[in-house]
Amino acid sequence: MSSAPLLEVRGLNAWYGESHVLHGVDLDIREGETVTLLGRNGAGKTTTLRAIMGILRRREGVIRLRGKDLLSLPLHKVAQAGIGYVPEERGIFASLSVSENLILPPTVSDSGMSVEEIYTLFPNLYERRSSQGTKLSGGEQQMLAIARVLRTGAKIILLDEPTEGLAPVIVQRIGDVLVALKERGMTILLVEQNFRFAKKVADRFYLMEDGRMVNSFPGHELDARMNELHEVLGV
Amino acid sequence: MNTIFGIPTPALYGQVLIGLINGSFYAMLSLGLAVIFGLLRVINFAHGAQYMLGAFAAYLLLNYAGVNYWLALVLAPLVVGVIAVVIERTMLSRLYGVDHLYGLLLTFGLALILEGAFRYWFGAAGQPYAAPSQLSGGVNLGFMFLPIYRGWVVIASLVICIGTWLLIEKTRLGAYLRAATENATLVQAFGVNVPLLLTLTYGLGAALAALAGVLAAPIYQVSPLMGSNLIIIVFAVVVVGGMGSILGAIVTGYVLGVLEGLTKVFYPEASSIVIFVVMAIVLLVRPAGLFGREE
Amino acid sequence: MAVGTEYLAEQPKLRTPAIVLGAIAIAALLAAPFFFYPVLLMSILCFALFACAFNLLIGYVGLLSFGHAAFFGGAAYFTAHAAKVWGWEPLAAILLGVAGAAVMGLVMGFLAIRRQGIYFAMITLALSQMFAFICLQVPFTHGEDGIQGVPRGYLLGLIDLNQPLAMYYLTLAIFLFGFFAIWRIVHSPFGNILKAIRENERRAVSLGYRVDRYKLGAFVMSAALAGLAGSTKAIVFQFATLTDVQWQMSGEVILMTLLGGIGTLIGPIVGASLVIALQNYLAASDFPVLVLIGIIFVICVLLFRRGIVGEILELMKRRSKGAA
Repeated sequence: MSSAPLLEVRGLNAWYGESHVLHGVDLDIREGETVTLLGRNGAGKTTTLRAIMGILRRREGVIRLRGKDLLSLPLHKVAQAGIGYVPEERGIFASLSVSENLILPPTVSDSGMSVEEIYTLFPNLYERRSSQGTKLSGGEQQMLAIARVLRTGAKIILLDEPTEGLAPVIVQRIGDVLVALKERGMTILLVEQNFRFAKKVADRFYLMEDGRMVNSFPGHELDARMNELHEVLGV
Repeated sequence: MNTIFGIPTPALYGQVLIGLINGSFYAMLSLGLAVIFGLLRVINFAHGAQYMLGAFAAYLLLNYAGVNYWLALVLAPLVVGVIAVVIERTMLSRLYGVDHLYGLLLTFGLALILEGAFRYWFGAAGQPYAAPSQLSGGVNLGFMFLPIYRGWVVIASLVICIGTWLLIEKTRLGAYLRAATENATLVQAFGVNVPLLLTLTYGLGAALAALAGVLAAPIYQVSPLMGSNLIIIVFAVVVVGGMGSILGAIVTGYVLGVLEGLTKVFYPEASSIVIFVVMAIVLLVRPAGLFGREE
Repeated sequence: MAVGTEYLAEQPKLRTPAIVLGAIAIAALLAAPFFFYPVLLMSILCFALFACAFNLLIGYVGLLSFGHAAFFGGAAYFTAHAAKVWGWEPLAAILLGVAGAAVMGLVMGFLAIRRQGIYFAMITLALSQMFAFICLQVPFTHGEDGIQGVPRGYLLGLIDLNQPLAMYYLTLAIFLFGFFAIWRIVHSPFGNILKAIRENERRAVSLGYRVDRYKLGAFVMSAALAGLAGSTKAIVFQFATLTDVQWQMSGEVILMTLLGGIGTLIGPIVGASLVIALQNYLAASDFPVLVLIGIIFVICVLLFRRGIVGEILELMKRRSKGAA
């Protein structure tokens, strides 16, 4: 296994219009790792995901996937390079059924899960497959949002606050899904406020504040750093 | 002779047929407008001009290249579609980031250019275009006389409308379209080339208008003014139907066409404005349109 | 970004340079008929007023009306009929036209304001087309011929408007009246509320303003002033025809405003002058005017959205920022 990172971000600066929102962000993710971005609201976590993906266009710096430059690519090419995106708002389409939502994103590699495998992993999606996408509960929509990215064969998944607003039982379920994905060797960049959840799956943490990376540490150090975290996160 | 409400039945059914035919064009054109608007958020004022271009393409193909009607049904939409693709790539796409009203103004300007140019070349009067021999003549149905070409237009338009509906509701491309109408950025973040989708959609909408133009050529005369007169009525149709649903646009088109035809029978002076009156009523009672969703 | 907002925020306040420029402009307008054909000047004045009226709606309320020809042409018909058939004194006939346009504005506006943005534009277009169809059929308009031979009459029974200078100065007076009316509306509490609605409608609603009423009020004012332009035009040129109510006329006034600068006070005047001068120049030649108008439209929308005056204002703003 190579030690070169799968995803490499160096000195990423980004702007929303005139507003400078990311200041020299550095980030590394190795293949098979689950990395979590922590930070309070407005720290720039979602912005970082959007900047990596290319939804946010005004950027400077370096973004490389397996050495391939992503910064100059249009949004759809970034996805085709192998980055899967599960946005905070989940983005389930109301004018599509569950199964249509599931198969919408085109496959970007052969290593994607088949529809059968996905329905095995998410049986409730199979039951509701003909329903309108938005008729699903929040938790089911979250599963669907993750599932459709799994089908594409993306090498790395950007997951934005998957547990937000969900009941503990569903949160548990999502945690199980992420663990299962990890076992399959999936690389995950996770944004989460709920660090108890993140602790279960994350190999490493990055801490963000005001659009800057202020710290990074391995997963097992999380408990030791609780005080520092409480201060930065304001919880 | 039988009469219904004092109108002789052949005359009544004749007007209903005319209404159905007008309604066919209202449906086809409002369908194209709705599809383009849904994805691009642009009101394509040039839609009427594209319809006119289709009719003129058929006319020119016949008179200068000896290309018959059936080939024109394929070639005219192709030509107009390509022109529309160029327009979208070079001009329309630059306006996606600014207020949508500018898109309307751009297509309005384009419509003026096209209508002005054709008016300059051909004059305002209409040119005749004969229906193909296979579709000429008519059948006597007993209660009315049905010209074959007009029957063909109604059937063809139904096929086109239903075909478009199927394309949008049942195919993968249609799923891309529906999803991108809701959230274009996210669809692009999944790896779909949305800019290309926008271009193709505009081209397809224009081609649809041009196809309607070819169908229209033997019925209405081929005139530079045929598009602008029609498009404004289609705007009213679209306001009545609401732009939320493809099926709604189709149904509204046919219904309003028939309503217009019936008005011509019973109250002829109002026939040219009845659709606008319906629009006014709908605006008072249900502003989002009959099938529309409140934005 | 809403149409016209780019430079609306900082309208230069009335300072000495502006007053001096204004005085010079008025002096020039007073002297103009001795240097240019009065008919051409009057044409420009009427359309400049029309464009200013249209601009009130798009530039200061953010509503794009595609049906202003109905007010312009409708008022022309009413005035023409009153002057010719009923023998009214010209000013009274003009007032009738304005009143008619205001009523039409009330009805149309009431219906159109129920929707926003693009829908609003389509509705105004459809309603004005409906009016055009009615004009085509109703006997008093004389259909394709229009109302011809409208007498200019005697202003207040005293001044013979057949004298070109007299007609010109009346037209100028009407134009200045209309222009200053707009200026007053924009710089009034009513105008400030309109501006607030335009910049953040939701906020205005939450503050308790009856937003629809303000929009309708602005719409009626715009319609009335457009009617004033049309009525005056009917007296000046002594006819009223279907051309005045067609959608192409609505398009022309949009172009004049766009070219001159949406949301600027004098932009529409500049735009109208240019377009009328251009049409005048081309009238002799064979060139299709519609095509040229369309081309200018396309160029303006793509490259030149601020319009002439808007660009100048932007340049001035940048210069002053650079100097600061």
